[in-house]
Amino acid sequence: MSTYVLNLITVRLLIAALTLLIVSFAVFFATAMLPGDTATILLGQAATPEAVAGLRSAMHLDDPAYLRFLRWLVGLFRGDLGTSYVNNVAVADLIGGRFVNTMRLAGITALFSVPLALTLGITAAMFRGSLYDRAVTILTIGIISIPEFMVATSAVLVFSVYLKWLPALSFANDVTSIGQMLKVFAMPVISLTFVVAAQMIRMTRAAVIDTINTPYVETALLKGASRPRMVLRHALPNAVGPIVNAVALSLSYLVGGVIIVETIFNYPGIAKLMVDGVATRDLPLIQTCAMIFCVGYLSLITLADIIAILANPRLR
Amino acid sequence: MTPSVTLAQKFGYRFSWVGMIGLSIMLLWGIMALIAPNIIPHPVGEIVDEDYFGAISSRFWLGSDYLGRDMLSRILMGARYTVGISLAAVSIACFSGVVLGMTAAVVGGWFDAAVSRFLDAMNSIPGKLSGLVVVAAVGSSITVLIVTLAVIYTPGAYRFARALAVNINTMDYITVARTRGEGLVYIIGSEILPNIIGPVLADLGLRFVFIVLLLSGLSFLGLGVQPPYADWGALVHENVGGLPFGAPAVIVPSLAIASLTISVNLLIDNLPQKIRDRSA
Repeated sequence: MSTYVLNLITVRLLIAALTLLIVSFAVFFATAMLPGDTATILLGQAATPEAVAGLRSAMHLDDPAYLRFLRWLVGLFRGDLGTSYVNNVAVADLIGGRFVNTMRLAGITALFSVPLALTLGITAAMFRGSLYDRAVTILTIGIISIPEFMVATSAVLVFSVYLKWLPALSFANDVTSIGQMLKVFAMPVISLTFVVAAQMIRMTRAAVIDTINTPYVETALLKGASRPRMVLRHALPNAVGPIVNAVALSLSYLVGGVIIVETIFNYPGIAKLMVDGVATRDLPLIQTCAMIFCVGYLSLITLADIIAILANPRLR
Repeated sequence: MTPSVTLAQKFGYRFSWVGMIGLSIMLLWGIMALIAPNIIPHPVGEIVDEDYFGAISSRFWLGSDYLGRDMLSRILMGARYTVGISLAAVSIACFSGVVLGMTAAVVGGWFDAAVSRFLDAMNSIPGKLSGLVVVAAVGSSITVLIVTLAVIYTPGAYRFARALAVNINTMDYITVARTRGEGLVYIIGSEILPNIIGPVLADLGLRFVFIVLLLSGLSFLGLGVQPPYADWGALVHENVGGLPFGAPAVIVPSLAIASLTISVNLLIDNLPQKIRDRSA
C-alpha cells in the first residue's frame, strides 16, 4: 500500500473524527440549549425556588454552555453516559442489554440482505433491459419510494394476518429454542431486509452496469464471450470495490429502518428505548442513543469511503 | 420529416406516458389538498359510523377509523398536512441549499470549505434521528416540523447545487461577467441559476419524496403532526390497532403516501433528458 493511499485514508479518518465532534456538538446543543429549564422539569411546577436552585447547582446547570458540553463529551469518552431523568437509572444500565439486541437484529438482517441483494443486483445488471431486470428495478424503486413502516405493516398483513405463519409482535427476552428465535426475529428481519436490500440492489446494479459500459468489457463481448461470462469474469472483479462500497452505504439505511421496525414490533432494542425516551423527554438517554446511532452511521459511511479508496486500482 | 409541428417538438421536450401518469396523480393530490374542506363527505372530527374500523361501504368509501370517523374525509384533509408541510419544507430547504451552494461555488476559498465541512457533518446525522432529537427537545408542532425537515434536507440540496455550480463557474461567460465587474447576486442569479435550474428542480422533486417519507415516519412514531390534526403518517399511527384485522383504515393512508411518492419518482425518472441534464 502506497503512502499516498495511507494519507488519503488518514485524512478520511480525521474528517470522520471532526464530523463526529460537530455532530456531538449539534446533538448536545439541540437537546440542552432549547427552552424548558431541566431542573424545573425534573422537580415539577410546585418546586420551591430554593430546591430548583439547589438542583441546578448540583447538576452544574449554571455553568457556561461550552463547559457543560466539554464535561458531557469527556463523560461520553470515559463511558459515563449520565443518569436518566425519568427513573434515575444510569443510562449505561438502560442501554446495555438492548444494545446487544439491536446489534443482533442488524447483524441478522445484514446476513440475509447482503447475499440476496448481491445476487439480485448482479443478475439484474447481467440481463440488463430484460423483463427480469425491469421487474427487479420496479420492485426496488417501489420499496424505496414507500415509508419503512409501510413495508413493515405490509409484512404483518401478509405473514401474520392472512397467512398466519408468524406472530405480529416479538419479544427477544423469552427466547429458549431456535424455533422460537426464528419466530421472534422473522418479522423484524423480513421488514428490515426489504428496506436495506432494495437500496443495495439498486446500487449494486448501478455499480456493475458502470463497469459493463467500459471498453474492455465491450471487447470481451466482441470477442464472443457469453453475457454471464462477460459479467462474471470480466466486469465483476473490477466492480468489487464499488459493490462493497454500495453494501456499506446501504447498511447505513439500517439506522433509519431500525427505529421504525423496533417500534412497530415492540422489539426491545435501543431504537425503541430512544423513541420511548422522546415521549418522556428523557434528554440524557436521547443524547446517548443519538450518539450511538450517529457513530454507527458515520462508521459505515467512512468505511464505504475507505473501501472506495482501497478498491480504486489507480490509487495503488 | 413532416412539416406539422407537434406540441412535443414545439417545446423540444418529449414526455413519456409513465411520466404523465405520475404528473397527473401528483396534481390530483395537490388539487385534493386545496379543495378538501369543500368536498369531504363527513366532518373530519365527527364520529359517524357506529362501528369502529368499519369496512369499505357505499356510505364510507374508505371505511371508518378506530373511533368510527370517516376515513375518506380524514385522508382528504390529511393530504393538506402531508403535501403542505412537505412542500413548505422542501421549498425552504432547496432555496437555502441552492443559494448557499451557488454562493459557495462562486466565492470559493475558506467560505466554501467551512460551509461544506459543516453541512457535510450535518448530513451525517440520519434524518430520522435529528427529527427525534428536535421533537424531544422542543416538542412537536407544525412550524417545528417544517423548520426541522427543511434544516435536515438543506445539506443535500447544498451539495447538489454546489457540484453543479462549480462546473458552471469555470465557464468563460462567468469570467467575462466577473471582469465586467458584476456582483455576486448578479452572477448567481443571472448567470449560474438559469443553467442549473432543470437539475435543481428535479432534485427538489426527489427531496420532496424524502421529506414526505420522513414526515410520515415521524408521524407514524406519534412524534409528527399531533391530534386533532392528522397527516397520512399520523392516520396510520392512530389506526395501527386495526392491523390485526386488516382494517382499511391502516392500509389506505399508507397507499395514499405510496401513490404520492411513487408518482413523483415516476415523473422525475421520466423527465426529458433536456431538463434533467441541462448543465451537462
